Amino acid sequence: MATPDVPPIRGPWYRWQRGIPFAKQLPFVVLLTVFSVLFTYPFLWLLSSSLKPRAYVFTNRLVPERWRFYNYVEIWHAAPFLRWFWNSMYIDVLAALTVTFASALTAFAFAYFRFPLRNFLFGCVLATMMLPSMVTMIPVYLIWHHLGLSNSQYPLWASNLFGSAFYIFLQRQFFLGIPREYFEAARMDGDSYFTMFRRIALPLAKPALIVTFLFEFKAKWTDLMTPLIYLHGDKQFTIPRGLYALLGEFSPSAGGNGDYELIMAALVLSTLPMLILFAFGQRYFIEGITLQGRKG
Amino acid sequence: MAVAAERRKVAPGPRTRARRWFGGFRERDTWWAFAFLSPWLFGFVVFTAGPMVASAVLSFTDYSVIQTTHNVGLANYRAIGTDPYVLKSLKNTLIMTAMYVPADMLLSLLLASMLARITRLGGFFRTIFYLPVMTPTVAVGSMYLLLFNGNYGLVDKALSYIGISGPFWQSDPNWIKPGIVVMLIWQVGTNTVLYLAAIKNVPQHLYEAAEMDGASAWRRFKDVTLPMISPTLFFTFIILTIYGLQLFDQIYTAFYNPSSQNTASESSLMYVIYLFQQAFVYFHLGYASALAWLIFGIIMIVTIVQVLASKRFVYYEGSPK
Repeated sequence: MATPDVPPIRGPWYRWQRGIPFAKQLPFVVLLTVFSVLFTYPFLWLLSSSLKPRAYVFTNRLVPERWRFYNYVEIWHAAPFLRWFWNSMYIDVLAALTVTFASALTAFAFAYFRFPLRNFLFGCVLATMMLPSMVTMIPVYLIWHHLGLSNSQYPLWASNLFGSAFYIFLQRQFFLGIPREYFEAARMDGDSYFTMFRRIALPLAKPALIVTFLFEFKAKWTDLMTPLIYLHGDKQFTIPRGLYALLGEFSPSAGGNGDYELIMAALVLSTLPMLILFAFGQRYFIEGITLQGRKG
Repeated sequence: MAVAAERRKVAPGPRTRARRWFGGFRERDTWWAFAFLSPWLFGFVVFTAGPMVASAVLSFTDYSVIQTTHNVGLANYRAIGTDPYVLKSLKNTLIMTAMYVPADMLLSLLLASMLARITRLGGFFRTIFYLPVMTPTVAVGSMYLLLFNGNYGLVDKALSYIGISGPFWQSDPNWIKPGIVVMLIWQVGTNTVLYLAAIKNVPQHLYEAAEMDGASAWRRFKDVTLPMISPTLFFTFIILTIYGLQLFDQIYTAFYNPSSQNTASESSLMYVIYLFQQAFVYFHLGYASALAWLIFGIIMIVTIVQVLASKRFVYYEGSPK
């Protein structure tokens, strides 16, 4: 489909603009370059600081006076970083997979079937989207507490088994776009509804499923509040929770040595997977966002 | 045939309608639909609807997990009115949101309208502007902590090169919120992508007509682009406001990590942070539930006001004006 350097939507505007000579575009290109430098500089600064010895971290020179790649070895020893990485990976993949599948089931039901209470229940989905998570946060904590799981990693992903309102809405739009004849044909062939869902609906809605997976993976990789509530031993931590702990542990005012070069290395390591994810899934991220806006 | 058609036009009575409605449950399709729905339905009851009711009930008690619970009536809500931290954090949150939302919208509008005017390198720039969005919020908060440090941070150093002595972003109460806003609008990419898509969808003939009438570039932007993308602007206006009012991760990382607990300035206390502390640091779960309902109410009111106010400014294609 669209290659990375071509905008995904080629409206009439695009065709019109293409006729504009490059000289006329040049001022904008220059301005955008200035903004790009501003936007990328924090990344470059972070990368460069993570490669400096401790005494040089805050010299703020972009090219380190002295290189110290050993920071990246040390961080694995200074903190159970590998453990956090693994925790984040498995929790996030589980969370993203389950929410994708469960939301697809629900979205398909709303898109394909006609049944009593359908509009009411779909209204419930929309209402859930509006509901701030803080309202339900405390009782949900109490549920896990009474199950004896408030000190475990289950609360971070298990509720995704039941789908999520935003993704249900997103995927329903996609399922509605599939011509009904495809499903009728499958019914004629004697497929059960579930086979039809699996063999026809899911493959055709693949872009929406990928968008769901990527969005949820990113959201979980970033989430700080839930781990703060449920994770207590540093063996359980996810990456954001671990980074948060490191920030306290290493800083001088909390009795650390001010190992900011290690913190920076940890920040680079926590950001890198997201940048890689974006590099591969850029098209889906952009598509997902525009989908969000279209309904507004 | 004519008779059958005539008969269908007669509205069925309430009893017939009810029978038909309940009859729907006898059909196999309905059972299948509910089978597909069952995971979500279970989750909705257990993790959304149930907790909502529970939270409302809790807000009238002094529940704290450990001690015995009493019914305290409206005491929690009355306590909110006299709690100085509630007022303080609410004020902080509203001010910060009022600064953040327009700043974010203006910057993304600027970037998007520039991106729409170039044909080369467009995708490259878009990627650059989107990369910060991919950065974990904890990393954003940590980077803010180090970059905006008043003593050795890069931002103040850069400012000193152009002859400005930068403020103490993290301890001067007047500069904490602007600093936070700058940190937040680094992640402007989502909006930029949205606006860019909206601008590119504006029909070209409108611009041609405007040009023929001798409209300047500014007039074309103001009278063609802005009205045509106003639904998107409105949508992001609401989403950003809700996001701002609930902001937690970045500020909690920067100002409420274990090393800053003693020094955290009250100017950085956001409402959700205070709620979180009441709930999961002090375990005043009843009080925290009341706080949660208050912010829910505030978000609802703000959103409704926004919807009503923007009726005048939003243009929906095809709707009678």
